[in-house]
Amino acid sequence: MTDYNFAYLDEQTKRMIRRAILKGMAIPGYQVPFASREMPMPYGWGTGGVQVSAAVLTPEDCFKVIDQGADDTTNAVSIRRFFEKTAGVAVTERTAEASVIQTRHRIPEEALREDQIIVYQVPIPEPLRFLEPRETETRKMHSLEEYGLMHVKLYEDIAQHGNIATAYAYPVKVEGRYVMDPSPIPKFDNPKLEMDAIQLFGAGREQRIYALPPHTKVVSLDFEDHPFDPSKADHPCAICGAEDSYLDEVITDDAGGRMFVCSDTDYCRGRVEAAAGAKAEDAA
Amino acid sequence: MYVAVKGGEKAIDNAHAWLAEERRGDPQVPELSLAQIREQMALAVNRVMSEGSLYDPDLAALAIKQSRGDLIEAIFLIRAYRTTLPRFGATRPIETGEMRCERRVSATFKDLPGGQILGPTFDYTHRLLDFKLAAEGEAPQPAEEAEGSAGPVPHVTEFLNRDGLIESEARDEAVPPDLTRAPLELPANRALRLQSLTRGDEGFLLGLAYSTQRGYARNHAFVGELRIGAVAIEMDIPELGFAVEIGEITVTECETVNQFKGSKTEPPQFTRGYGLVFGQTERKAISMALVDRALRWRELGEENQGAPAQDEEFVLSHADNIQATGFLEHIKLPHYVDFQSELELIRKIRAEAEAYQAAQSKTPEAAE
Repeated sequence: MTDYNFAYLDEQTKRMIRRAILKGMAIPGYQVPFASREMPMPYGWGTGGVQVSAAVLTPEDCFKVIDQGADDTTNAVSIRRFFEKTAGVAVTERTAEASVIQTRHRIPEEALREDQIIVYQVPIPEPLRFLEPRETETRKMHSLEEYGLMHVKLYEDIAQHGNIATAYAYPVKVEGRYVMDPSPIPKFDNPKLEMDAIQLFGAGREQRIYALPPHTKVVSLDFEDHPFDPSKADHPCAICGAEDSYLDEVITDDAGGRMFVCSDTDYCRGRVEAAAGAKAEDAA
Repeated sequence: MYVAVKGGEKAIDNAHAWLAEERRGDPQVPELSLAQIREQMALAVNRVMSEGSLYDPDLAALAIKQSRGDLIEAIFLIRAYRTTLPRFGATRPIETGEMRCERRVSATFKDLPGGQILGPTFDYTHRLLDFKLAAEGEAPQPAEEAEGSAGPVPHVTEFLNRDGLIESEARDEAVPPDLTRAPLELPANRALRLQSLTRGDEGFLLGLAYSTQRGYARNHAFVGELRIGAVAIEMDIPELGFAVEIGEITVTECETVNQFKGSKTEPPQFTRGYGLVFGQTERKAISMALVDRALRWRELGEENQGAPAQDEEFVLSHADNIQATGFLEHIKLPHYVDFQSELELIRKIRAEAEAYQAAQSKTPEAAE
């Protein structure tokens, strides 16, 4: 792949994306328009995240990609290969080893550090989109801090279902200013949005980038009498026994049999290895 | 036991190999050459060039071959290639009045300077399957050609403009924005709208244009003129101090003459819609002109009927088939984390509702 620049995008384009990232870091939660490029994978497959990763990667980086929490889901494999090929960077499946992590739909269970960057793939960056389809209107609502519509929606959920009926892409308020879509992560992951690492969000088709600098205050929207509840399946992981991780439900037969396993495959493997190590030590 | 998502890497490799095999089809059948596609599937090539926003018939033919004839996939390949190309500069505006027309028809005048040239059109063919073609016969006889009128062919709208019967197009010397280098921001100016329309999906624009004809923001369009032909591409070379012709492209231009509009100060005048598309792409150019005209309602002081074709944000946000197909098809990707969270939620809500119902059904018994 000598025909393409390091990490595929040309330097001019990367500079344009880095400017958008810096602006996003300066105004946490604000959606910065950027001139998204057509990438060699389809819109909806993570082109926003891929462009952000391409703009922040350096040859010394170690890159990890997860989709649904796992490193070996097909699209994660495809994106990881893309950067192996176009940037020649080291890749890893271990959360702790990675300097840049691109993710779709999950935040790793293991806490991220200050020297790490996590890049989210975002399909619809606008948290107000399904309340107001027009971009011209939603931008106005953000600039006027007019979020009443969102609270009415959450209230109506409670009136109708007794619960807030949003289980993923649960809206948050950033530093008391912008309402932000955390991308379609399960609401279980929302509390992790306050972290030590830099968080970058890329929406390719919608041409938006936004960011959360380390230690940014991120509050999931709720009501005093209906506090936010980051729920998960009430089971331990069937493989590693973790009770604190987000679980996938796997159907095992056609008679209603199912098991619950960690969605974060690296976390699960790490725990299994640690347990095996401890056992070996005991035996010794 | 737990194997659901394992083996992604191998599955991808195998899928790609199978795809390559399917693309080739039966190896007993001779392989298509790019030249065959370029010459014999020229209208497909044109569509890929126009919606791919890259004028290169050979690359478009390659994309069609690689995509097994899926034109949106081919357009995507071209777009993804195009975006990696450096931008050297902008050419001078093309002069369609100087076009070497191979087709030029006006629906508003029976005859006119420059003449009507029917050209290579399907318009008056009878749509009967030609089984002779299945026999792969010899090349057709060359068509007799009338003496082409060399030199500029004036635009029909200019004749109307001379008498003030049609609105004048305001000259705008501003550098038009570039949709491929800056994010689309709304409201857009007309140059940006036209740019978006010319690379928009043919089917989407056709449907919108058709809706205007059926009364959703009807704008009474006549095809003032439709012309197809080659135009020169000229570029200013700063070192030389003058413009140099660097090539030639074929384009289709459609100018519609639409329902008139007057005001207290201005007597009624016809208005215009405009379409310009790479290659021989008539359906698209006419559709574009109708949609362009419908989008101009505000500027022309017309009523907003709430029709889809009048809604700039709706039209421009959904015209791009590469964006549309990507987002549509991405729902094939795994979503089990999100689905799991919905499962938890719906189970919780149902459990609460069932508990409530159970309590309700007990209450009357307790009262007895």
